[in-house]
Amino acid sequence: MLIVPTFIGVTLLSFTLIHLVPGDPIEARVGERGIAPERLAALRHEFGYDQPLWKQFVDYEVQVVHGDLGVSVVTRQTVWSEFLTLFPATIELAFCAIGFAVLIGIPLGVVAALRRGTAFDYGLMGASVTGASMPIFWWGLMMILVFSVGFGWTPVSGRVSDMFFVEPWSGFMLIDCWWSDDDGACRSTVSHLILPTIVLGTIPLANFARMTRSAMLEVLGEDYIRTARAKGLSGMRVTVVHALRNALIPVVTVIGLSVGGLLGGAILTETIFAWPGVGHWIIESIQRRDYPVLQGGTLLIAIIVIGVNLGVDMLYSVLNPRIRR
Amino acid sequence: MSATVPMPSRLTLFWRSFSENRGAVFGLGLMVVLIIVAALADVLALHTPIEQFRENFLTPPAWDVEGNWHFPLGTDDVGRDMLSRLIYGARLSLMIGFSVVAVALLTGTTLGLTAAFAGGMVDVFIMRLVDVILVFPSLLLAIVVVAILGPGMFNAMLAVAVVTLPGYIRLSRASALVELNRDYVTATRAAGASTVRLMFDTVLPNCMAPLIVHATLGFSTAILDAAALGFLGLGAQPPTPEWGTMLAGALQYYQRAWWVLAFPGFAILMTVLAFNLFGDGLRDALDPKLKR
Repeated sequence: MLIVPTFIGVTLLSFTLIHLVPGDPIEARVGERGIAPERLAALRHEFGYDQPLWKQFVDYEVQVVHGDLGVSVVTRQTVWSEFLTLFPATIELAFCAIGFAVLIGIPLGVVAALRRGTAFDYGLMGASVTGASMPIFWWGLMMILVFSVGFGWTPVSGRVSDMFFVEPWSGFMLIDCWWSDDDGACRSTVSHLILPTIVLGTIPLANFARMTRSAMLEVLGEDYIRTARAKGLSGMRVTVVHALRNALIPVVTVIGLSVGGLLGGAILTETIFAWPGVGHWIIESIQRRDYPVLQGGTLLIAIIVIGVNLGVDMLYSVLNPRIRR
Repeated sequence: MSATVPMPSRLTLFWRSFSENRGAVFGLGLMVVLIIVAALADVLALHTPIEQFRENFLTPPAWDVEGNWHFPLGTDDVGRDMLSRLIYGARLSLMIGFSVVAVALLTGTTLGLTAAFAGGMVDVFIMRLVDVILVFPSLLLAIVVVAILGPGMFNAMLAVAVVTLPGYIRLSRASALVELNRDYVTATRAAGASTVRLMFDTVLPNCMAPLIVHATLGFSTAILDAAALGFLGLGAQPPTPEWGTMLAGALQYYQRAWWVLAFPGFAILMTVLAFNLFGDGLRDALDPKLKR
C-alpha cells in the first residue's frame, strides 16, 4: 500500500507550499491596505495560523482525513461545498473531451496502422505531433475567433445560455437539461460544450492516435494475427477482435494516465471559455488570494489523480490476463 | 593490399539514421532558424520590442490594405511592432527553455544518481518525493508554486523546473542502477575512485543518451508551460515580449485585431513542434532498441 505515504506526502507538500507564502495567508489576503492589529490577530486565531507549525500540520492532517478542507477566506463557504458545486462542470467537460479523443483518435490510429507508409499515415502522424505540441490556450482562442466570432456557430463562453433556467439536479448540464425536457436548453448546452470539448480533447486525441497506431503495428506483426488470417477470418474480424483488443491494453493505460494532464488542461480551457468548473475556481482563488481554496482545491485534484491511477492499475489487470495472478 | 573501408564515425552513423526521419530534419531546420533569429534579434528587428508608435495602434499586417511595411505583422494595442516583439520573444523562449532544462537536468541527475548510489532510506525518500510531485498535474503544481512565490518570469522558470524534475530523477536513477552492476564500475571502485568521481565521471557518461533525449523534449514542455503561466498572468510581466504574456495582453482586442492573437501562439506552436520533432528523431537515432 504505497497510497498512505503518497497521501501523507501530498498533504505535506500542499501544507508546506501554503506556508511558504510570505507572512501568512491572512496577511497576504489583507495586503497593503492593512487592518487593525486586533482584527488581524482575531482572524489568525480563527484560521489557526497562530499555532506552532507542527501543530498546524497535525491539525490539518486530522481535518483532511475527516474531509474538512477549511473555509474560503473570501466567501466563508467550506472549500468542500464549493468544490462539490463546481466539480460536475469539470467532470462533464473532461468526460466529453476524453470521449471525443477516444472516439476519433483510436479509429484514426487503427486506420493509420493498417495503411502504414501511405500519405494518410504520414499526414496523420504529422497532425498528431502538431496536436501534441499545441498551446491549447491559443488554440481555444483561435477556435472562438473562427467559429464563434467569425461564423457565429457556437457561443463564446459559459455552460448554457442565460435564456434558459435548468434545475441543477445532478450538476451535469447534459443530464439536467435532458431531464427537464427543454429542447432549447439542450441545444444551448450542447453548443456550449462543443468548442471546449475539442480544445481540451486535442492533446489527448493526438496522443491516443499515435499510441493506437504504434500498438496496432506491434500486434499486427504477431504470429497469432497471421494464424487468424490463415484460418480465413475476414479482415474486419482480425482487425477488431484479434488485433485491436490486444492493442488497446497499452492504450487504456495511456487514457488513464492522461487524466492528470487533462485536469491541468482544464484550468486553461475553463479560463478561456469562462467554464464554471474547478480549474476556473483555482485560478480565481489565486487572483483573490484565497489560499485555503488554492490549497484545498489542489489537494482534491491530487487525490482524484491518485484514485484514477489506482483504478487504471486495477483495470489493467482485468484487461491483461498475462499479469493476473 | 586491398583498400580498407574506414569504419564510419559514430557521428556519421548517427546522422545517417537521424536524417532518415524527415520530420526530425524539419524540426532541426526550424530549430536552427529559431536560434539564428534569437541570436540576431538586434539586427533583424525593425524596432525595439517596447517602442510604442501610439498613432499606429492595432495596424493590420502589411498585406492588408490598411497595413504598411513599416510594421510587417502589424502592431498591438499600444502601437508596438508585432514582428519585433516576436523576434525578441524567440530569444526569451529559448532562454527560458535552456535555463529550465539546465536547472532540471543538473538537479534531477544529481538527485537520481544520489538515490541510485546511496540506496536505502535516501533512495526511498527521493523516490517518494518523485511520486508525490507526479500526483499533481504539472501545470497545476507550477501554478501553485508561482502563486506562492509571486508572479514573474524567474519564478515561473523555477516552478517549471521543479515540476519537470521527476523525469530526470527517474531516468538517471534507472540507468545508473543498470550501470552500477557492470564490471567497469566495480573495477574503478576497486582502483579507489571516490563516490563522487564514480557518480559523475564513470557512470554518468554512460547514462547520457536517454537524458539527452528527455532534455530535448523537456525544452518543449518548458516553453509551453512557461507560456501558459505567462498567459495566466503568472509568468513574465508586460511589457516583456514573452509570447504567452503577449497573448494575455491580446485578450481584450483579439475580436477586432486577429493578428495580435494569431502570431504569438503560432510562434509558440512552431517552437514546441520543432523541439518535439527533433527530440523524437534523436530518440530513434540514439536508441537502437526502438529502431524499425
